[in-house]
Amino acid sequence: MTDQIAARRVGLSVALQRLFVRIGVLPFLLVMALIVFSALSPRFLTSENLITVARQATYLAIVSMGQMLALLTGGFDLSVGKIIAITSVITAMTMAPLAAAHPDAIALTLTLGILAGVGAGTLVGVVNGIGVAVFNVSPFMMTLGTATISFGIALTLTSGVPVYGIPDAFGTIFSFARIFDIPSPVYVTAGLFVVMYVLLNWTRMGRYFYAVGGNIKASRLSGISTRFYLFMAYVLCGLLAAIAGALLTARLETGEANIGASMPLDSIAACVIGGVSLRGGIGRVGNVVLGAVFIGLIQNGMDLAQIQSYLQEVVIGVLLILAVIADQLRQFVMLRLKD
Amino acid sequence: MGLAATTLAPAESVGAATNAPTPVLRANALSMQFPGVLALDRVDFELRAGEVHVLFGENGAGKSTLIQILAGVYRPTEGGIEFGGKPIDLQGVHHARTLGISAVFQEFSLVPTLNVEENLFLGAEVTRHGFLDNGELHRRAEAILEELGFPLRARRPVHELTRAEQQMVEIAKAFCTRLSVLILDEPTASLTDREAERLFVMVDQAKKRGVGVVYVTHRMGEIRRIGDRITVLRDGKRVATLAVPEADDERLLQLMTGRVISQVFPKIAYLPGAPLLEISNLTTADHTVKDLSLSVRTGEVVGLAGLVGCGKSEVGRACFGLERIVSGRIAFDGRDVTGQSVRTMLDRGAFYLPPDRREEGLVMARNVRENVSLPWLGARFSHFGFLDRRAERATVRDLVGRLNLQPRNTEADLEHFSGGNQQKVLLAKGLVSRVKLFIFDEPTVGVDVGTRVAIYEFIRDLCEGGAGILLISSDLPEILHLANRTYVMYRGERRAELSGEDITQDKVLANFFERAQA
Repeated sequence: MTDQIAARRVGLSVALQRLFVRIGVLPFLLVMALIVFSALSPRFLTSENLITVARQATYLAIVSMGQMLALLTGGFDLSVGKIIAITSVITAMTMAPLAAAHPDAIALTLTLGILAGVGAGTLVGVVNGIGVAVFNVSPFMMTLGTATISFGIALTLTSGVPVYGIPDAFGTIFSFARIFDIPSPVYVTAGLFVVMYVLLNWTRMGRYFYAVGGNIKASRLSGISTRFYLFMAYVLCGLLAAIAGALLTARLETGEANIGASMPLDSIAACVIGGVSLRGGIGRVGNVVLGAVFIGLIQNGMDLAQIQSYLQEVVIGVLLILAVIADQLRQFVMLRLKD
Repeated sequence: MGLAATTLAPAESVGAATNAPTPVLRANALSMQFPGVLALDRVDFELRAGEVHVLFGENGAGKSTLIQILAGVYRPTEGGIEFGGKPIDLQGVHHARTLGISAVFQEFSLVPTLNVEENLFLGAEVTRHGFLDNGELHRRAEAILEELGFPLRARRPVHELTRAEQQMVEIAKAFCTRLSVLILDEPTASLTDREAERLFVMVDQAKKRGVGVVYVTHRMGEIRRIGDRITVLRDGKRVATLAVPEADDERLLQLMTGRVISQVFPKIAYLPGAPLLEISNLTTADHTVKDLSLSVRTGEVVGLAGLVGCGKSEVGRACFGLERIVSGRIAFDGRDVTGQSVRTMLDRGAFYLPPDRREEGLVMARNVRENVSLPWLGARFSHFGFLDRRAERATVRDLVGRLNLQPRNTEADLEHFSGGNQQKVLLAKGLVSRVKLFIFDEPTVGVDVGTRVAIYEFIRDLCEGGAGILLISSDLPEILHLANRTYVMYRGERRAELSGEDITQDKVLANFFERAQA
C-alpha cells in the first residue's frame, strides 16, 4: 500500500516536472500573480482594469518581440530604449512644423512624421546590425554605443525639452481610439504579433534566426549567410522598437528624449521570463508577449495594491532573477527527465 | 560474447604471471552509473609501477569514465580503488594530485591569460609571509622544465603557446608534485608527429622513474610504440587485458568492436566513372595544405589518411570555401569552384560532413526536422521565403525511417538522442537532395558499433548509387576497408597515392610518419 502511494506521489511529481519542462515557469507565475492580486484588490479582475493592463503592456510587448530576435541569434539589444527616444523626438519634430504650415493636410503630416521617426529608429538598428554582423563587435558594446549616440542626438535636437505641436489626431488615432472597447495600440500589437509569429514559424528567415543562434558554425556549413541574418535581427529589432516609440509618442502627445529608459531591461526580462534562452536559438514569440503582459500585470497589480513605484522596481528585479534561476532549474530537470 | 570469455582467461594470467610486481594502482569492480547510462560495469584495472598501460576501446566504451574516476573527477557508484596497496577514497582531482596521481585530459585545465609558471603552481603557490614568492616560484618552474627537457620559457603566457606546448605545461604540472601515476588521455590527438615523438620519450623517462602510466588511445601505432599492456573496454565492460606483443591489430579491432572485420565493413562494388572533384596544386593561406593534388571520380570511395593535424581536414574545408586558398585550383563536375561558398557547393551537389557534430554539424537546441532540412530550405522547402512545412515533414520523416533513427521522433530536440543517432541526423542532412559528392570528415567519431555499421552501409549505398566519396579519416581500418583508392598526407603534403590491393596497413602507416622511421 505505502509503496503504491509512494509510486503515485513520484508519478505526480514527475508529471509536474514534465509540465514545468514543457511550458516553463511563466504560466505558473501568471496564475500566482492573478491569485495574489485578485486577493489584494477587488478592482484587479475587472474588464476595465484588464484593458488598462493590455494597453500598458503593448509597448513593452512590441519591444520585447524585437528584443527576442536579438536574443534568438545569441546577442541582445541594449539600445531599444534610446531607439524609442529618438523615434519620439524625430516623429514630433517632423509633425510639429508640418502641422503648423499645413493644418488641413493631417494625413500627410502623420504619415511623414511616422515614416521619419520609425525610419530614424530603424536606422539605429541598421547600424547595430552592421557593427555586430560585419565588424564582429560584441552586441553588448555595439548596442551600448549606439544607445549613447542616439540619446545624445535626441537630447541635442531637443535641448532636453519636450517637443510640442503634434496634431491631436495622432494621439486620437494611435492611442485613445477604441474599437469594441479595446484601445487601438492593442490592435497594432496583435497585428505585429501575427506578423512575428508567421515570420518565426513559417518563413525561412525565422528558421535561420533560430539556427544561427543555436549554432552559427553549423548554420554556416549549411550554406546560410549568417552575417545577413544577424544583420536582419538587429534591423527588425530596431524597427519594432521604433514602432513602439511612435505609438508611445502618440500616447504622450509630445516628443520626449527621456522615455524608454527602462525598456532594455524590461524587454530582456519579458523575453527571459517567456523562456527565451540567453544562449540563443530557443524561444517562442507567444510566450514573449505573455512575458510582457505578465510584467504589465505585476506593475498594474502593485499600483492597485498601492505599492510605491520605487519598490516595484525591486519586485521586477527579483522576478527576473527568479525567472533565470527557474530556467536553470528547468534545464536541470530536463536533463534528468531525459533518462 | 564467446569471444570475451576466451580472451578473459589469458588476460588474467598475464596479470598474475611475470614475477607479479605490486600494482601501484588497482581498481576493483568499478561501476559508474550516470542517469540512464551504466558507463562502467564492474571493471577491474591494475597499473604497475614503471609500466605503460594502454586503455583501448571505441568512444563511449568507458575509457574516459575510468580515467576520470582514477583521477578523482568522479566517485564510482560501486567498487573501490587501492593505491600502493591501501584502499583510498578520492575526494577530488586535487586530492588525487596530492597523492601523486595526475591526469592530463584532452581539455586542458590551464588559464590562458596566466604564464607558464603561474599555471604550474596554480593552487599551490609558494608564499612567504603571506605574499607570493615569485622568485622561488620561477626557480622551481625552471628546474622542472629543465629536468623534463621541455623547451618552454617559464614566463610566457600560456595563450601564446601551441597546443603541443600547452600539453607540455600540463604534463610539467603533473610532475610538480611527487608523481607515481600519470594518466594521459589521447595525448597525441593534436600533436604533430615530432611533438608526439618527444612525448613518447618523456613517457619513457617517466617509466624509468617508476611512474605508472595510464595511456588512453585508439591508435594502434602508438600502442606498439610505447605500450606494455593493453586493457580493452567495450560498452563499459572490460573485455580483455593482454600484453602488447600478443595483440595484433586484427585481434584488437575484434576485441574493440566485438565483431569480426567482415561484419563491420561492407563490401563495396566500385564503379569509378567520370572525374567529379579535381584538386590541383592546392595551397592554403596558413600552409596547412601545400601543393596538394587529388581527384575523386563518381562511384568510388577515396580515402584521405594521415595523422591528426596533417592537413587532411583542411582539404575538405577548402573545397567549401572554409579555408583561404592562396594558389591552386579546385574543379567540381567540370567547373572551377575554387573559393566558392558553402551555398554554391551545396547547390551544385556537394556535401560536407564536419568532424565535430556538436561544434559544427548540428544545432543541438533544435529538433531533428529543422536540422535535417536546414541546408535545403531555400532549394526544396520554401516558396518566396515561406516554408513548406508539409513537404519538409514528409521528407524528413522518410529519411529518418531509412536511417532507422532511434527514437523515431522528428520533433524532439537533438539533445535527446545518443551520439550515434545524432550522427545519423547529420548524415540525413546530406540525403535530402541529390548529392553527387560527399566529403566525410571523420564520419564515425564517437558512435557505437551499430551506428558505425549503419554509416558504412550508407557509404556503400551512396557509392554504388554513383556518388563520389572523399573519406577523410584518422581511423585506419576505415580507410583500409572502405576506400578503393587512398591518399596519405604528411604535414600538408601528399605523400602517397595507393589503390586497390596496395592499400595495406604497412604501406599507409609507412607514409604517416617521418621518412626516417618508415
